[in-house]
Amino acid sequence: MATWEYSPAPESAALAQLRPSYRPFVDGAFVDGGGEPLKTVNPATEEVLAEVGTASAQDVDTAVAAARRAQETTWGPMRGAERAKYLFRIARIVAERSRELAVLETLDNGKPIRESRDIDVPTASAHLFHHAGWADKLGYAGLGPDPRPVGVVGAVIPWNFPLLMATWKIAPALACGNTVVLKPAETTPLTALVLAEIAAEAGLPAGVLNVLPGAGDVGAALVGHEGLDKVAFTGSTDVGKQIQQRLAGTGRRLTLELGGKAANIVYDDAPIDQAVEGVVDGIFFNQGHVCCAGSRLLVQESIAEEFSELLLRRIETLRVGDPLDKNTDVGAINSRAQLDRIVDLAAAGDAEGAQRWTSSCPLPERGLFFPPTVFSGVEQTMRVAREEIFGPVLSVLTFRTPEEAVAKANNTPYGLSAGIWTEKGAKAMWTAQRLRAGVVWTNTFNRFDPTSPFGGYRESGFGREGGRIGLEAYLDA
Amino acid sequence: MTTTVPAPRTGSRAAELTDAVRDDASLRRFLHGLPGVDQVGLERRSAALATRSIKKESKLQALDTAISMIDLTTLEGSDTPGKVRSLCAQARRPDPGHPDVPPVAAVCVYPDLAGVAVEALRGSGVTVAAVATAFPSGRSSRAVKLADTALAVDAGASEIDMVIDRGAWLSGRYGQVFDEIVAVRAACGSDDSSRAHLKVILETGELAGYDDVRRAAWLALLAGADVVKTSTGKISPAATLPVVQVLLQSVRDWHRATGERRGVKAAGGIRTAKDAVKHLVAVHEVAGPEWLTPELFRFGASSLLGDLLRQRRTQALGHYESTDRIGNA
Repeated sequence: MATWEYSPAPESAALAQLRPSYRPFVDGAFVDGGGEPLKTVNPATEEVLAEVGTASAQDVDTAVAAARRAQETTWGPMRGAERAKYLFRIARIVAERSRELAVLETLDNGKPIRESRDIDVPTASAHLFHHAGWADKLGYAGLGPDPRPVGVVGAVIPWNFPLLMATWKIAPALACGNTVVLKPAETTPLTALVLAEIAAEAGLPAGVLNVLPGAGDVGAALVGHEGLDKVAFTGSTDVGKQIQQRLAGTGRRLTLELGGKAANIVYDDAPIDQAVEGVVDGIFFNQGHVCCAGSRLLVQESIAEEFSELLLRRIETLRVGDPLDKNTDVGAINSRAQLDRIVDLAAAGDAEGAQRWTSSCPLPERGLFFPPTVFSGVEQTMRVAREEIFGPVLSVLTFRTPEEAVAKANNTPYGLSAGIWTEKGAKAMWTAQRLRAGVVWTNTFNRFDPTSPFGGYRESGFGREGGRIGLEAYLDA
Repeated sequence: MTTTVPAPRTGSRAAELTDAVRDDASLRRFLHGLPGVDQVGLERRSAALATRSIKKESKLQALDTAISMIDLTTLEGSDTPGKVRSLCAQARRPDPGHPDVPPVAAVCVYPDLAGVAVEALRGSGVTVAAVATAFPSGRSSRAVKLADTALAVDAGASEIDMVIDRGAWLSGRYGQVFDEIVAVRAACGSDDSSRAHLKVILETGELAGYDDVRRAAWLALLAGADVVKTSTGKISPAATLPVVQVLLQSVRDWHRATGERRGVKAAGGIRTAKDAVKHLVAVHEVAGPEWLTPELFRFGASSLLGDLLRQRRTQALGHYESTDRIGNA
């Protein structure tokens, strides 16, 4: 019988309603930024998608001043129930325009449409809905009877979940009565700007939300700005450290969501097939561009061989390619610079003596792609076990006892997430209590929900986003 | 750098399997030592498999593949020779106006009508499957079940769909279930190419969850089932995607352990082409492309064929046709 190949099933790029140029959003209007315009490219083709105006230091001043004005005169004094109306409206419009946003996100970021459609956009909308519900109930959040907004929030977000990260920052900040100046990542500014358009469509008062595209210099100008009351940053640990040093002693609040090198611990009594799925999901979801990715598989020695065989077999079925194809599992690497970093770190794995296995899945001829890759024979001391690769590269280590699993899992400078796979409830609890990680998933991985707080320990940052406790960072209680 | 999945080590596992069936205690130990199934993860994976977008060429190919995998079934108390002959005519040539439509795999009937089907299908390449062993409840003596099987085999049925004794299974008498499958297999004929193929119906809707489904599948494979089958079609839920996924994992693991390829039959509740295609995606991605053949995967269905034919015409003609334009046995 002839082999069965799925025919391409591309989503229409026209749905993105892509425009040739986009501009910064300041004080309720799209304005010409004073910075050098940047070009944002489609990583699947390396073609320019649009020209995006960027902010100058002057624009940062203007935006922060507008945010301050809006916070003091309209948004801060507004009743919570009123603020909720705006947030509900934004959440609804995001849901209504979900297909457009999903396609735009996939074009700009390179992630598969399956994920932007099924995860990014619905979760973004869910965050807005969830926090809209909090806006008039802040006094019941257990943070004091009359918590006040902190004021003006400067938010800087990464390129891996451009829309989702924007809503993670904006939704709680606005619900709590703060105003926001947001800087999206240099390589993925588009959905944040459409979100600004949606906010305007929802009638959000001028200055409450400002979006300033640009590179690291704009981010630096923003987080260092004296007019802010709080900085919320998600991104790399290196930049996070710089921001922390910069803000030390200023009295301004700070939350950081940084890198990770999460361990996915598979015990020998795990539900094997589902553990294989969870490990695949843990590292190949979003091309591994996930700060909480399960990039270190810790598998018990007694099942290591069988597990690896099943795992590699499963990875072979992953389809790498055109992100707009609904059948694509792994899309494009977001930028040339990131692809180079992945290539370099993988080469370090070879050099240090780990064994590299690469999926035989064909890669597109053009665009930025990296095949699903697994390193076995990895030891704790190797760079591929210690450094965040931020790509579809899994390192496999083994352990013999639960104590050893915990010791190895914790032996990292990071502490954002971890996974445990066992059918024994007590063992899962025992392990979870000993893992130094902000999120510990049991028999699942990479699940996100607005009601569940997310955040890290150690070099993965501090502060929590989501849930009741996530409100704390945006309230003066 | 390698690009191949390492080959499984089959030797040690094969010895373990021989040991597993030594006595009741070993069998129990073996079945309960199988890795667990996490319900949430299993159902999530099924939902993901169901989102594959199959269209154009791949859809046409899927529709024809699905047609060629059907056990066209009539299992009613009201079945008559006339009804069976009518079904056989459609099995031979599902859509006479479109002679490129492949015939189905088999016609599945009660044992007393197997002879009628054998006669009607002679020379067509379509085989005759008969349900036996006091189908669908399995509630009778072993002697009756074996006589039921013999009736079908003597009439010329080349495939026997037996039901397991769910009462024995649920009360933990695994050895009894095992022995019965072995006995029915023996009643299917001598162990050569003329032996009727044995499909073992687990009736998964009556088992105690996915762990139980996996254990029952392994027991059937250990006892010599050629095919593990989900359901009789008489009770609901029948062939759900998660259950079929567990069976596909079991035959995949059996192949890893022994090198043998056994089959899976999804029966009951699959009525639409869309549903059938989802199952094919699961076969393709869970067990592997080698299982995408009528020898290793079947649909037990009575009304699925009509929708597959309709969808096939839709692909060819570009518009939906009335169901009345397609013959329906």
